[in-house]
Amino acid sequence: MNLQEYKDILHNGVWKQNTGVVQLLGMCPLLAVSSTVVNGVSLGLATAVVMALSGAAIAPIRSYVPNEIRIPVFILIIAVLVTVVQYLMNAYMYGLYVVLGIFIPLIVTNCIVLARVEAFASKNPMLPSAFDGFAMGLGLTAVLGVLGAFREILGKGTLFSGIDLALGEWARDWVLHVLPNYKGFLLAILPPGAFIGLGCLIAGKNWLNLRAQRKRNNPVVAGPIDAGCSPAAHG
Amino acid sequence: MKRIARSTLQTAINLVFFAVLGTAILASVFFMTHDAIVKSEEGEKLKLIMQIVPPTLFDNDIIQDTLSVPVDPLLGNDEATLAYRARLHGEPSAVVLEAVAPDGYSGKISLILAVRANGELAGVRVVAHKETPGLGDYIDVAKSPWIRGFDGKSREVYKDADWKVKKDGGQFDYMAGATITPRAVVKAVNKALIYFGENRDRLFAASEPKKEKSK
Repeated sequence: MNLQEYKDILHNGVWKQNTGVVQLLGMCPLLAVSSTVVNGVSLGLATAVVMALSGAAIAPIRSYVPNEIRIPVFILIIAVLVTVVQYLMNAYMYGLYVVLGIFIPLIVTNCIVLARVEAFASKNPMLPSAFDGFAMGLGLTAVLGVLGAFREILGKGTLFSGIDLALGEWARDWVLHVLPNYKGFLLAILPPGAFIGLGCLIAGKNWLNLRAQRKRNNPVVAGPIDAGCSPAAHG
Repeated sequence: MKRIARSTLQTAINLVFFAVLGTAILASVFFMTHDAIVKSEEGEKLKLIMQIVPPTLFDNDIIQDTLSVPVDPLLGNDEATLAYRARLHGEPSAVVLEAVAPDGYSGKISLILAVRANGELAGVRVVAHKETPGLGDYIDVAKSPWIRGFDGKSREVYKDADWKVKKDGGQFDYMAGATITPRAVVKAVNKALIYFGENRDRLFAASEPKKEKSK
């Protein structure tokens, strides 16, 4: 594995095959936990750790697991790793453990974890597999963070609320009151806000992709006015 | 036939091996983190208790000075809970009770309340609730100081008719748009105070020497 391949894995995980806005896997935590930045990023990072660990754990044993029972064995390993992460959070990050609650054990059922193990770790060596899991988790974390920021600002007018739960009392002053004396916008905090926000994110990603594609197809006509009307852009 | 049986057996052994390995890893992590988990849970509980019992009110190890409170309709608990006793120079000064308001807008609201020896509320906090964010969640002290309105209240000063929200002719504030939530909390706090009145002596009884020393 050379550097370029690692770069590809990273690009794949964070952008091209992003779990949140391209593969649309793991929607349950995405929609439920993204009500604030801190919650979203915390669960995203916990998922990234689990995905990296499961990639690293499954790649070396991939040739010893018979094909017929690979799914139960993979799920067993993922469940063990998730429970280990849950114990560690319960012991050393109690506040965050309480906030994320049921969504930590639910990482097991997040299909993206099994999907990456099945699609990548069961065919590749240990280091790239761990890195692939981590890159995919990072992509999920980015989506959760952006969606969390969007919902938190619209819904509560703050950013980073609850950061003291993640990092300790000393971080309490980091909470930004972006919109002072904001009354709050309930829709953004409730599940519909997550769906609408995710829709906007997917649309945004597709728009960026289309724009990049147009530029590639039509490098001469790069003027901002012409770009939308150029027939080549609809190829 | 024989070959199929053998390969099935091998597969089964393989699965058992991974199950045993996974169990072993989990068991060891459980034992490694168990003490830290107990400690952080107790620390969190103590932090909560300190919010409603002023530190000047006790000098005992309040986390260890507990009494099991059986199920009682006045408290709304559906399993036995623990009461924590605050003592100053050996004299009972306050007791921390857990209570449940069963009739919140969306389910149960778990409360923790501290009652001084004279029957006055030292403080009330919501421990867990599922009320609508932005509407009913002002009962949470992180969202609004509403719950501090209970501080210093007692059944000496407020009679039964006063233990209602103002809309129902009582003494307690509420916010427009969400009256079901505070109604449930006020009712639960009143009932818990009745419970305290009926069980005062038993709640403050000196703790029996522990038979087994807790780890």
